[in-house]
Amino acid sequence: MKELVVISGKGGTGKTSIVASFAVLAKKAVLADCDVDAADLHLVLEPRIVKRSQFSGGSQARIMPGHCIACGKCEEICRFDAIFYDGPGNGRVEKTYRVDPIACEGCGVCAYFCAENAIEFTPVVNGEWFVSDTRCGPMVHARLGIAQENSGKLVSIVRTEAKKLAEERKRDLVIIDGAPGIGCPVIASITGADLVLVVTEPTLSGLHDLERVADLTKHFGIETLVCINKWDLNKDLGSEIERIARRRGLKMAGNVRYDHVVTEAQIKKKSVVEYREDGVTTDIRQLWAEVVALMDKDLP
Amino acid sequence: MQIAIASGKGGTGKTTVATNLAWVASRNGRKVAYLDCDVEEPNGHIFLKPELSDRKPVGDLIPQVEAEKCTLCGKCGEICRYSAIVCVGQKVLVYPEMCHGCGGCWLVCPAGAITGVSREMGTLETGRAGAIQFAHGLLNVGEIRAIPLIKAVKSTDFRADLSIVDAPPGTSCPVIEAVRDADLVILVTEPTPFGFHDLKLAVETVQALKLPLGVVINRASLGGREIHTYCTARRIPILAEIPDDRRLAEAYSRGEMACDALPEYQSVFTGLLEAIAYRVSSSS
Repeated sequence: MKELVVISGKGGTGKTSIVASFAVLAKKAVLADCDVDAADLHLVLEPRIVKRSQFSGGSQARIMPGHCIACGKCEEICRFDAIFYDGPGNGRVEKTYRVDPIACEGCGVCAYFCAENAIEFTPVVNGEWFVSDTRCGPMVHARLGIAQENSGKLVSIVRTEAKKLAEERKRDLVIIDGAPGIGCPVIASITGADLVLVVTEPTLSGLHDLERVADLTKHFGIETLVCINKWDLNKDLGSEIERIARRRGLKMAGNVRYDHVVTEAQIKKKSVVEYREDGVTTDIRQLWAEVVALMDKDLP
Repeated sequence: MQIAIASGKGGTGKTTVATNLAWVASRNGRKVAYLDCDVEEPNGHIFLKPELSDRKPVGDLIPQVEAEKCTLCGKCGEICRYSAIVCVGQKVLVYPEMCHGCGGCWLVCPAGAITGVSREMGTLETGRAGAIQFAHGLLNVGEIRAIPLIKAVKSTDFRADLSIVDAPPGTSCPVIEAVRDADLVILVTEPTPFGFHDLKLAVETVQALKLPLGVVINRASLGGREIHTYCTARRIPILAEIPDDRRLAEAYSRGEMACDALPEYQSVFTGLLEAIAYRVSSSS
């Protein structure tokens, strides 16, 4: 079984639209939406949720106002500026300390060192993940809770569950929709994957972000393909990006033209290849054929 | 006044709004700082083309263990919630990339064998783009934690009248760190199903932080009125609308500022600046 991850560095280059089309073209893949804090693949594939599970990525501190003597030790040792001296008073002190749950990184150091045992440190629910059926096959996706941490851990769960599902259903490919950027959720999406497809666009921002994300896939030693989406928006820059990509040892997998049909398909909750037979669909079909060929050739 | 530009969905036009806003505010005589907090993929410099005059490494503390003092008691491994330090056999192993720099291990070590030492995670670069003061962070490739670097970018002391924070996409911790001190958060969206869906997530995030917010609709002529209906129902002001103009996309592709390449758009951003000032004064 192989894992193909679609990422972009820069956001909004068209990752999800391309993944949705791949899902249709692949026929027998398992899908995983690893952009857990702004997941969109479900808007096109309309999954029917079969199983939902809560995600707890860690614990959080809470000061019990009745027990706090306002010694200030917790504020002094917290390295995340998460403790504020504005909690309610009790019989002994006028004000107590309070943990801001959004700033708290769940290290538990305050609870450990509180001499009064006034700090609770308990697991919190940070989100939810789902196993679903779609018209293109099974899909694992998630929703990180609002203002929650640990997106990397949730990404790892989504990937592990998608792989499990692929084994159970005897499907030999997992297609992963990744997050923008090069940080925690992206690293969790690509480590140990077989192949990365970077979807970029012919803009200076797209080029800059492609180079950063290519450094990342190189750092982790993952074979990387590049697709320039909306390539005809600036053809000169498109060719320049191709040259730079090749010089870096990245393989060009194909380019996709700019077309309003992509947005229309999204509005109709369809993948581009389901919505249109020709035009931009031809480009996506060719891109997919190239990705499959490279997967079969280089990754036995 | 600090304004944060965020979005939920990537590629909706955060950097376009943030840089052009800085441009018009600076032309209007305001003392402006542009702070690029998308430290994973910063792009503001492509448009503002600053002269960078200073570079410095930004790090966070990680544990360093002195083997001679260590008694192998294992307390450091017990307190660490991130599996960044473990005592195995006759050795204490540190995994720097897992470390959140909480300091638990060096506080708990009874032998005083652990000290917090700085480890570089990225670079802070500062300079000027004309009259605009500029700062951005570049996260080192392979680093997981963006937050210390975002803090460093935001704490650059520019003494500006108007600080514009360009936030990363998404709704998780780096976004929260970028926007948490803002007087107003502007969410840039586009009228597509993905744009609208991610706008709703971003609105929930900003409301959880109890911060005032406004919306800018980019490529506004592209879709229907769903976003307007949604914003009206929740009393979220729409501060500006930018049309879907291929010339804007082409100027963007070349790294040109909309206000420079297409001067007719200056009025859109001046209008946005006025709407922001009004919104901030009415919510404070």
